[in-house]
Amino acid sequence: MIADIITIVRDNWLLLLVGQYPNGPLGGIAATLILSVLSIALAFPVSVLLALARLSKAPLLYWPATAVVFIARGVPLLMLILWTYFMVPIITGYNVPGFATMLVTLVIYEGAFLSEIVRGGILALGRGQMEAAKALGHGGASAMLYIILPQALFNVLPSILSQFVSAIKETTLGYVINVPELTFAANQINNQLLTKPFQVFFILALIYYVVCWSLTRAATLLERRIVTKRSGLSGAPLALTATAATVEP
Amino acid sequence: MKGFDPLAILQNPEFGRMLLHGLEMTFVIAIGSWCLAMSLALVLLAIRLAPSRILEGVAIAYVSYHRNVPTLVQLILWYFGVSSLLPDQAQYWLNDHNAESIFAILGLGLCQAAYFSEDLRSGLRAVSPGQEEAARALGHGRIGALRYVLMPQAIRNALPALVNHSVSLFKNSSLAMAIGVAELTHAVKEVENVSFRTFEVYLIATVVYLVCSLMIMAAGELLMRRAAIAGGR
Repeated sequence: MIADIITIVRDNWLLLLVGQYPNGPLGGIAATLILSVLSIALAFPVSVLLALARLSKAPLLYWPATAVVFIARGVPLLMLILWTYFMVPIITGYNVPGFATMLVTLVIYEGAFLSEIVRGGILALGRGQMEAAKALGHGGASAMLYIILPQALFNVLPSILSQFVSAIKETTLGYVINVPELTFAANQINNQLLTKPFQVFFILALIYYVVCWSLTRAATLLERRIVTKRSGLSGAPLALTATAATVEP
Repeated sequence: MKGFDPLAILQNPEFGRMLLHGLEMTFVIAIGSWCLAMSLALVLLAIRLAPSRILEGVAIAYVSYHRNVPTLVQLILWYFGVSSLLPDQAQYWLNDHNAESIFAILGLGLCQAAYFSEDLRSGLRAVSPGQEEAARALGHGRIGALRYVLMPQAIRNALPALVNHSVSLFKNSSLAMAIGVAELTHAVKEVENVSFRTFEVYLIATVVYLVCSLMIMAAGELLMRRAAIAGGR
């Protein structure tokens, strides 16, 4: 069993790492990581806008943003992927590759979940910050931009990191629409070998475990640092209400 | 492209039957794996409370594995991997008894158990230690204190997280499609292939999923309101 696993890794490490890259599309764990990094990076601004809209009193901002968040929370990611797969070519008029489809879906999905985290971070700050900023002459928008958001976003950094872990796990769903990523690569190996499905998929699970475990660990350490840092500055322990808001695919 | 007409799907007896069958399978998978996950979560919680370092390590490893490996990969590993290691007799039996659904319930249930047990554990940690001491002082044994005093409070604390994770378990039932279970998303793809009314089928399925998820959230909200103590947190 272990000998099998070592042989499979030795024969296919390049495919697991970058897919068929020089001769084909980038795949493997590289594609998985690029997809997750891009999706979180693009989802972040979306999420801040969604969170601000959800906190606004204007119904034209509040209701559409709330609808987006509830749709993302209530509909399976797989269903959203099927929607994008079907709608994006109609809207843009181009046949987009699976990678782009997956990216668009993840930006919407992660954006909705991140926005709840950001909103929690803003609400956790307490009213005094906004009142103090206004007393010092800031307008509503500039208080939000210079006083509230920098603190709130700093406090929710660990949650953003654990959302990144969720994004890595969610990229596996690209397998269903044939996006070349890690799960897809493992499936290719399995189709070549045919006789050792357990060994191949065990390697797959192990790779995901190592990547996600290290990042989760980093999130925990970061959270501990931030809590000590904030409590050191303000002299009082900080209630991080948003940290528990992690989701899994 | 044909004109937008969801009734063409809903009023067609064939398509309606396929979608209803899919929804039924989705419920079977979701409810089956929920029951498995909840019972296993209680076992895991009990293991972590037991004073054995080895058992605790096992429970920690279990939770860590199931939380750090994507659910889809876990399902694939069960369905394609573990099933191939079973003796032939067992494989024949499974193939006669809807192997995909069994592995889907098993995979989703085992995975979600890790999340449920963590929810319950943090709910239990939030109960102040004075509660146990008071219960013991009133004559409860360790088990009695847990059963009548600590767990009711722990479950109340854990309710929001449990409801959230129940919703994601329901949504994750759609992953079973990837190993060939004929649940709702699978039925959607089939109806799409026959009817060519992609937009309408997707819309119907999305609304069904959304309504079910919102109903789980609403039920959770009701439960939380009922469980809340007057004047409590």
